[in-house]
Amino acid sequence: MKSAAINQILPWLLPLGLLAVWQSLSSAGILTGRILPSPVAVVLAGVHLTQTGELPLHLFESFRRAATGLLIGGSIGFLLGLLNGLSVLADRVLDSSVQMVRNIPHLAMIPLVILWFGIGEEAKLFLITIGVFFPIYINTVHGIRSIDPRLIEMGRSYGLSRLGLFLNVILPGALPSILVGLRYALGIMWLTLIVAETIACDNGIGYMTMNARDFLQTDVVLLGICLYALLGKAADMVTRLLERRLLSWNPAYNSIT
Amino acid sequence: MVQAILNQPIQETRKTPLVQVSRVSKQFGKKRVLHEIDLEVAEHELVVVVGRSGCGKSTMLRLLAGLETATEGQIFVDGLGLRGANAVARLMFQNSALLPWKTVLGNVVLAAPRTSDAPAVAMEALSQVGLADRAKDWPAILSGGQQQRVALARALASQAGLLLLDEPLGALDALTRLEMQALIEKIWIKRRFSIVLVTHDVEEAVTLGDRVLVMDRGQFVLEKEILMARPRTRTSPELVELKEEILSRVMGS
Repeated sequence: MKSAAINQILPWLLPLGLLAVWQSLSSAGILTGRILPSPVAVVLAGVHLTQTGELPLHLFESFRRAATGLLIGGSIGFLLGLLNGLSVLADRVLDSSVQMVRNIPHLAMIPLVILWFGIGEEAKLFLITIGVFFPIYINTVHGIRSIDPRLIEMGRSYGLSRLGLFLNVILPGALPSILVGLRYALGIMWLTLIVAETIACDNGIGYMTMNARDFLQTDVVLLGICLYALLGKAADMVTRLLERRLLSWNPAYNSIT
Repeated sequence: MVQAILNQPIQETRKTPLVQVSRVSKQFGKKRVLHEIDLEVAEHELVVVVGRSGCGKSTMLRLLAGLETATEGQIFVDGLGLRGANAVARLMFQNSALLPWKTVLGNVVLAAPRTSDAPAVAMEALSQVGLADRAKDWPAILSGGQQQRVALARALASQAGLLLLDEPLGALDALTRLEMQALIEKIWIKRRFSIVLVTHDVEEAVTLGDRVLVMDRGQFVLEKEILMARPRTRTSPELVELKEEILSRVMGS
């Protein structure tokens, strides 16, 4: 029991220690507020913006954008991954093209995207969609390919229908890999969101930080950065939770917390 | 070789064959793996095929399961030509091929006939192999022997008329192996299905088989009927003599 408690605390030691150093440097006046406001100042800025209702609004807008893009791009990636994983013909026809497009950094398409969609909502969703598509696509294909062929043979010899084979053998077999793809996709999702929201926007955390820069509100800028870190961490925790629930059969996922 | 086969009179008492393999050959590319094989398996018969690795015995089993199709010749099941997967046969491999994402019970249920009492059928099969108490566990935490017992339960739950065993005990330690042999024999006597067991263990062959066939380079080269009572004592002079004879045929050819 005791070691479990220590294990819970261990990951927090470093960030808390850094915070303490940072705060004491600020309090001692070594770090000026213009360069790096103290942690307390950042928290106060957060409290203030929450009270005015700005922060919840921006948070919600960012979250909505990220989730919509993930849903669209993730679904397309998953479905195309299934298609190419299950059909050799589809893979021959499509995969090399997909791999070619994949090598273009999606953020390099920003000028083109702005020409196509303007600076509205569609441009941001498009960027996020493109960004999350590839990791989910690649890992879905890989997951299906790496299923033990003996299990598929077993399913066939036990008379499973095609749908039965898919639901009982192929999908659960590919799931660990698909979830890895999801975690990658979440990382790219936040990254793309930050860039997209700083181009041109009238809400979202990106907008909030860019706006704060114009008014030299370093504490709000820092608050935005911290929020991205927290959102990224939260998304990561959700996928870990998903992994532990969906992959509880796999001894490799049982011990990891 | 011909002499050995002719020495075995066709028994009048044998029932209509469940499976009949008629002049079957199998070729992979240019390599001929099976050469005009003939084999009949009667209902409730336990046939053992012994041979060195690469002799074609596993291929024959896969043909019987309908996972491969014969290049020449035909396989009949209950008098009908086999096409696609063999519905009455269940294949059991050296690797248990359990789905790791399903519980022990879930794996067995998957094979049971799709009716409302599938879970009950599955539990019944699990208790026959002595693993009813592990029903809710993940396969990954079972030992190799237990996993093979689950695979056996799965084959039982499917109510198959023919069990095709491809060295199912090959990866087990010696003691677990003896235990499994006794278990398979016990269940086989009770449930009255047919078994075709492929192994390279001659002792296993003579202990379990009604009939032992030796395969070499894609052909049967020896057939021995063993009419001794069960369970057989491994050390009985008859069995040891038989074992030596078959072993020398396997090694010498």
